[in-house]
Amino acid sequence: MKKILKHKLAVSGSVIIIAMVILAILAPFFCRYSPDDIDIGQYLLPPSADHLLGTDQLGRDLFSRMVYGARISLSVGFISVGLAVIIGMFFGAIAGYYGGITDAVIMRFVDIMLCFPKLFLILALVALFEPSIYIIMVVIGVTSWMGIARLLRAEILSLKQRDFVLAAKACGVSDVVIIMRHLIPNAIGPIIVNATLGVAAAILLESGLSFLGLGVQPPTASWGNILMDAKFTLGIAWWMTVFPGVAIFITVLGYNLLGEGLRDTLMARK
Amino acid sequence: MLTYITRRLIMLIPLLIGISLISFLVIHLSPGKPTDVQFQFNQKVSLEVRERLEKLYGLDKPVLVQYGEWLKRMARFDFGRSFIDERPVTEKIMERIPITVTINILSLGLIFLMAVPIGVFSAVKEGSFYDRAMTVFVFVGFAMPTFWLALLLMKFFGVTLHWLPVSGMRSLQFEYYTFWGKLADYARHLCLPVCISAFTGLAGLSRYMRTNMLHVLRQDYIRTAKAKGLNQNRIYFRHALKNALLPVITILGLSVPGLIGGSVIFESIFAIPGMGKLFYDGVMSRDYPVIMGVLVIGAFLTLLGNLLADLAYCAADPRIRYSDEKQES
Repeated sequence: MKKILKHKLAVSGSVIIIAMVILAILAPFFCRYSPDDIDIGQYLLPPSADHLLGTDQLGRDLFSRMVYGARISLSVGFISVGLAVIIGMFFGAIAGYYGGITDAVIMRFVDIMLCFPKLFLILALVALFEPSIYIIMVVIGVTSWMGIARLLRAEILSLKQRDFVLAAKACGVSDVVIIMRHLIPNAIGPIIVNATLGVAAAILLESGLSFLGLGVQPPTASWGNILMDAKFTLGIAWWMTVFPGVAIFITVLGYNLLGEGLRDTLMARK
Repeated sequence: MLTYITRRLIMLIPLLIGISLISFLVIHLSPGKPTDVQFQFNQKVSLEVRERLEKLYGLDKPVLVQYGEWLKRMARFDFGRSFIDERPVTEKIMERIPITVTINILSLGLIFLMAVPIGVFSAVKEGSFYDRAMTVFVFVGFAMPTFWLALLLMKFFGVTLHWLPVSGMRSLQFEYYTFWGKLADYARHLCLPVCISAFTGLAGLSRYMRTNMLHVLRQDYIRTAKAKGLNQNRIYFRHALKNALLPVITILGLSVPGLIGGSVIFESIFAIPGMGKLFYDGVMSRDYPVIMGVLVIGAFLTLLGNLLADLAYCAADPRIRYSDEKQES
């Protein structure tokens, strides 16, 4: 922990993330306007004291929409990666621990999933269901677990020959307990790194999908779909284009920095 | 070498079967299923579409028969006809593959040309100002939402400066240009998409190159070369670079699915008539035969990319085929 606090990149990443999380959780306290309040008379106003970041083409306060958009981005990031971690750890642990044919089958499955360009698979699934924030979370989750499965498998393969695992086995500890209590805690480092970077990737994916009109659907605000609207006001309302992009960029950068910092500190021991 | 290729080709079979299974699963999530009530609320999927899907994929037949038919279709590259214009899906995809592949090869080439020097010099001058500046540059590219950067640059170079065209592959007067004029016209149209995709895709390869080079520089033979008093540049570029460069081939292969997938965003922003745009339009109009066709062909292209990378690696590094042959004997 001390090492992480000394790592400048990791600290700056964490500061960005914590600030974003506070902003998202306490959203109503920061906003003077509701994100969905339409005021046609006030459309496309530039940033001012009244509307900190200006208003959009329907006269909605951009600052409020951005703050509520942070909620969407962060929850998509966390939940989809949480899902990916659960699926990935499940398959990775089983493949690594049991080996043999189970391992071969699971790893071939991972290879196959990796053959599909991720965005194609996600869009195909989105086309089959109606796009909504829940579908987006699930779809990103089920297409992002392969890296984690591979990592955990590799870690477990090397850990399971170690004495403490053999000792636990000799004591008659059940497989589930060995995996959950002895193997996973010792292999968690790379997974935390991967998951942190995964949140960044998921936020980018969500905003990309929403930008294409296939992610979070209006009127719910998300950084991606504000940018979709900004496409039509390009050259008229710079604030619509600049702020959401900067928000995505800074958030993603925050997770990437934290991820790199964790990689340096958690994995340097080996 | 030949045994390696054969083995590698045999390994493709389970992957192909897997691709067919997963895409089959995706079809089964489709609204053709009579039990899927939720799609009755969806106006885009009319009763007619449902019936056509049922007929196309034989959704009223037993599951195994359906899967058998799907396999046959995949083997013949027959994905049915588009719901929109009734043209065979394969034909529609085939005329667009060259565009997407060209753009991806161009951006892969650009990534390679930029990432190798960045990584090598960062490693040689580890911890220097250059190293840190490059780390920041690469990180910025990595965190940048591609579509946002595209939007900004389109506005700047296209709308404000009028230097570059903002959409499509060719100008209206394209037909009247000379050969070189045509080439220049393509270059002007593709400049932004290729540069942006290279910039945002740079991080992985350049970081990888840096790590590799650092690893190689710590090897004994580099120390020997230094001890011999060999010229520094000769050590870095003749001895170290060659060895650090080899594994990069694999990474290039692995980045294929990301690039192909990313083409959806690029091509729809810049209105480039490639496979990504076709897919995007298909998704927007719920043109299921097109969606399925592109999904499967995208996976084939990825497989092909990985295969080529593996073969290139094998050709470049004899250790691979020797260890492989040893395993067999």
